[in-house]
Amino acid sequence: MFDDFFIRALVAGVGIAIVAGPLGCLVIWRRLSYFGDTLSHSALLGVTLAYSFSLNIAFSVFVISAVVALLLVSLQKRTKLAGDSLLGLLAHSTLAIGLVLIGFLSYIRFDLMGLLFGDILAVTTADIGLVWIGGSIILIILYFIWKSLFSATVNYDLSAAEGMRPEVSNFIFTLLLAGVIALSIKMIGALLITGLLLIPAAIARNISNSPKQMIVIAILSGILSVVVGLFASLEINTSSGPSIIVVALLLFIISLVPLEIKGQLQKR
Amino acid sequence: MNENNNLLVRLKDCGVQKSSKWIVKGISLEIHKGKIVTLIGPNGSGKTTTAKMALNILKSDEGSIENYSTKMAYVPQKISIDWTMPLRVLDFMNLTSHINKDEIIEALELTEVQHLIYNEIHNLSGGEFQRVLIARAIAKKPDLLVLDEPVQGVDFNGEIALYNLIKEICTKLNCGILLISHDLHFVMSATDHVICLNGHICCSGSPKSIVKNSSYIELFGEHNAATLSLYQHEHDHSHQTDGSVKN
Repeated sequence: MFDDFFIRALVAGVGIAIVAGPLGCLVIWRRLSYFGDTLSHSALLGVTLAYSFSLNIAFSVFVISAVVALLLVSLQKRTKLAGDSLLGLLAHSTLAIGLVLIGFLSYIRFDLMGLLFGDILAVTTADIGLVWIGGSIILIILYFIWKSLFSATVNYDLSAAEGMRPEVSNFIFTLLLAGVIALSIKMIGALLITGLLLIPAAIARNISNSPKQMIVIAILSGILSVVVGLFASLEINTSSGPSIIVVALLLFIISLVPLEIKGQLQKR
Repeated sequence: MNENNNLLVRLKDCGVQKSSKWIVKGISLEIHKGKIVTLIGPNGSGKTTTAKMALNILKSDEGSIENYSTKMAYVPQKISIDWTMPLRVLDFMNLTSHINKDEIIEALELTEVQHLIYNEIHNLSGGEFQRVLIARAIAKKPDLLVLDEPVQGVDFNGEIALYNLIKEICTKLNCGILLISHDLHFVMSATDHVICLNGHICCSGSPKSIVKNSSYIELFGEHNAATLSLYQHEHDHSHQTDGSVKN
């Protein structure tokens, strides 16, 4: 069954969407979208390093994203620059280093478009295993730190005072975010990963009224975006990443309709 | 181990330093079960910082903190919840521990906001939210309750009822309470130990002794101090529910 590249992409994509749902909600709640962006830009550096030293791509991307996240924390303590400036600094410099390194690796044939925007042809059976096993691990860890993470998202002091150890769960959350980026880089591409984290969660926010509901809807709309996006990508021969994100955007626009109706009703 | 079973928190010469400036220094205090300790003082005098040390949120840069509490509950001073999170009162009540629904409703009834249980947090008014915050802390049944200006934004009648509730909870749960309040009337009439802060401890003691203290008078002005000691004089007895003097 997994012989067909399209089926492989579909199975891996659905796995990614399931993991991206709850993490995406947290990214939205914590206003970390630019942080996610920084991690995904640095992912390109991870990929080039993987090629240079023939490492596993997901592993190398995970390590680089985690290092960038730690770097950010230590820079925040050392400089007086605001968080968003530091994020911009790290995002663009890691992206630039990644692109420069690609120039040096001229002996390897690179599909730059594939790295930046995703390539469904690149998804192997091993990748499916990686997505589902890695994804399950991420979700299990998330389940165990959920209470702490969630309470710290609402109010850090309250969470700390009531023994939730938010500093620990915050750190783990950063690693999980790096993990989901590592898992999805092949399919979605370095530039668009944050889109798959953010847009389904944004759709969910429009039409849900409890945290649990928001997570479930984020997962479902993520799956729908992946499935429809991949079919579109096959039909009209476009890159997989952008196709998925465009579908997600269309769903987002549709999700505005109930909000609009509700607003009109309240005016009457 | 703690030699006194009622001791919950002991701060000994504690202080917090931020960019080489002391926010508070030389803070010593004890919180015991069933007692209310209040912190009073002008803005920026380090009340919240002191409370955060007692709660283990902030580390003390000097001295020592002993904390024997097994379950702390906190009502922070300012809390703004992002509109990006769809959070109902019910979800908020369960934030740091799982509490069954009957107990949640019971706690919300105490602060008179049980009808808001399915409302989204960001649709509540300031006073309503404050009541939910207090209910959440009570529902946890803590042994140490820290309240940082808990009645801000609450209407006048509600304020009195909530202060009475806090007093009641203290006895009912036999928990220690650390309260930050600007309501000197409540502080002087209902609490066991008052600490007057201004970057350091200006004076501390029972409400009766504190109103006569010169540094208290200096901090709060002659006029206030006078009214309150008068108030204290009037109320050094307490009333039965029918109004007769309790002895």
